[in-house]
Amino acid sequence: MITLLKKNKDALMSFSRIALAAFMSLTAATSLQAAEITKLRLATEGAYPPFNFTGSDGALTGFDVEIGNALCAEMKVECEWGTQEWDGMIPGLIAGKYDAIVASMSITEERLERISFSRSYYNTPSTIAVPKNSALTEITPEALNGLLIGAQGGTTHSVVAEEIYVNSEVSLYPTSEEYKLDIENGRLDAVIDDLGVLQSWVDSDAGSCCKIIGSLPIQPELHGQGIGVGVPKGKEELADRFSEAILAIRENGTYKIINDKYFSQDAFGE
Amino acid sequence: MSDTSLSYVQLETITAKAPPPAPSNRPWTPVRIVGTTWLTLWLLSGLGILWFLLNSNHVALVFGGDGLLPVSITHNAKFLIKYGEKFVSGFIVTLQLVGIAMLLGVLLSVPMTFMRMSKNRILGGIAYGYVYFFRGTPLLAQVFLIYYGAGTFRIPLQSVDMWWFFRDAWNCAVLAFTLNTAAYQVEILRGSIENIAKGQWEAAAALGLPKWLTFWKIILPQALIVSLRPYGNEIILMIKGSAIVAIITIFDLMGETRRAFSRTYDFQAYVWAAIAYLVMVEALRRVWDLIEARLTRHLHR
Repeated sequence: MITLLKKNKDALMSFSRIALAAFMSLTAATSLQAAEITKLRLATEGAYPPFNFTGSDGALTGFDVEIGNALCAEMKVECEWGTQEWDGMIPGLIAGKYDAIVASMSITEERLERISFSRSYYNTPSTIAVPKNSALTEITPEALNGLLIGAQGGTTHSVVAEEIYVNSEVSLYPTSEEYKLDIENGRLDAVIDDLGVLQSWVDSDAGSCCKIIGSLPIQPELHGQGIGVGVPKGKEELADRFSEAILAIRENGTYKIINDKYFSQDAFGE
Repeated sequence: MSDTSLSYVQLETITAKAPPPAPSNRPWTPVRIVGTTWLTLWLLSGLGILWFLLNSNHVALVFGGDGLLPVSITHNAKFLIKYGEKFVSGFIVTLQLVGIAMLLGVLLSVPMTFMRMSKNRILGGIAYGYVYFFRGTPLLAQVFLIYYGAGTFRIPLQSVDMWWFFRDAWNCAVLAFTLNTAAYQVEILRGSIENIAKGQWEAAAALGLPKWLTFWKIILPQALIVSLRPYGNEIILMIKGSAIVAIITIFDLMGETRRAFSRTYDFQAYVWAAIAYLVMVEALRRVWDLIEARLTRHLHR
C-alpha cells in the first residue's frame, strides 16, 4: 500500500516537474516573441475619408493610416496595411488575418466583448450635415421629426441616429460613399457621421452640396470611449504598447503635425 | 373473316404480373459489416461537425437559460429577444419584394414573350435587346444603376414628374427586380411554348379554331407544365438574389442579419438567416409539388 502511494507520488512529482519545465519553456517562448515583434499587419476600411481612403495615386492614406505609421515608427516595428470591409473587420481580426485594426473604430461595450483596444487616439462627436438649401438649423430630435437621415450601417453614428432620432427614419448605407451620393441626389434630408468625415467632405468640391449644422455632445454609453486601436483578446500587451506609442507621439508633436494636416481643431479629445 | 380477326383480338387479354420477389435477407458478411461501420462513422462525424458549428455559434437546445422560456434554442437568448422581431420584419420584406417582383414580372413577361417571338423585326429586336441586357448583367449592377443612376438624373426626372417614383428606394428595388426576373421569364415562357409540337397548332387550325383560342386552351396549358419547374427555380434564385438589396437601404432578411451581426458580432445571426432562407425555399418546393400534381393529373394512372 505504502509503496503504491509512494510510486504514485513519484509519478506525480515527475509529472509536475515536466509540466513546470514545459510551462517555463512556453513562457520563455512567448516573452521572446513579444520582444521580437518586428512586423505588424494593420487593417483599415479604406472607404472613410479623411480617416482612411485610397488617394489619387492609388495608395492607402488618411488620418488613421498616418497615425498608424507614426505609431509603428514609435514602436520600431515594420507595418504593412490591408483593407477589409467594415462588417468583417472584427471577425477578420479574431481569425488572425491581421494583428491590429486602425480604422476609426470606437471603443464600445459590444466590441470590448470580442476584442481589446488601446487607449483612444481621437474622439470626435457625431455631426449632422444637410443640403445647403435646407431650412434646418437645429439638430434636436424635434427639428428632424419625420425626416430621412442617412448613415453608414454598423457604425456608432448609425446607432446614435437610431437611438436619438427615434421619430426620424434612418437609412443605412454600406459605406459613406453611398449616403453622400444620396444626399447630393436629394433623397436624404440629413446625414449623420463623424465631425472629421463630414467637415472634410463639405470643405471639398465633392461635398459642395451640403453644410454642417451641428454636432451632438459625446455620450459615452453610445459613442464609447473614443477611437482606439483594436487587437485580439489576449494580446493586451500589444494594446498597451500602442497606448504608450499614442501618448509618445502626442508628447513629441508628431500627432499635432498629422492632426493639422487634416483638421482645424485638435481631434484628440480627452 | 372480320369475325375471326375480332375474336382473335378479344382473346388477347393482359394477364396480371406476378408480384415482385420479396427482398432477400442478405447475410452480414465481414465486408458488409466493415462498410456499414465505416458509413456510420462518417455520418456521425458529419453530424458532430454540424453540432460543433451550431453550438460554437451559440445555436443549441438550452434548458433553463437566461431567456423568457425554460427552453431556448440559443446560448445567447438576449440576441433573439433583441433582434428576433427585426428578423421577422426582414423576412416579410424579402417575401414582399420577391412576391411583388414575380407577379409584375409575369405581367411584363407575357407581352415581351410575344414580342420576342414575333416576326416583326423591330418588336423582336427590342425584346431581344431587353432580355440580352438583363440576363447578361448582374442583378447587383442593375439595382445600383437604377437607384443611384436615377439619382443623377433628378432634374430631368422632376421635370417629367417621375422623381417621386425613383426617390423611394423600395420602388427602385421592385423595378430592378421586376425587370430582371421578367427577362428570365420571357426565356422560360418562350422555350416552353416553342417546345409544343407544331402539329398541335395545325390540328387546331384544321378544326377552324381561332389562334388566340388555340393558344389559350391548347398551347398554354401544355406550356405551363413544361415551364413549371423553371419558374420555381427562378423564384428560388430571386429569393436568394434579393439578399443584395440592402445596398440601397432596403433592410430585407440579409440586411437585418448584417445589422444584427454588426452590433453583436455573434455568428448565430447568419445561422438564423440561413435557416429562414431554407424555410422559404422548402415551403416553395412543397407548393410546387402540389401544383405539379394538379397540372399533370391527366398524366397519372
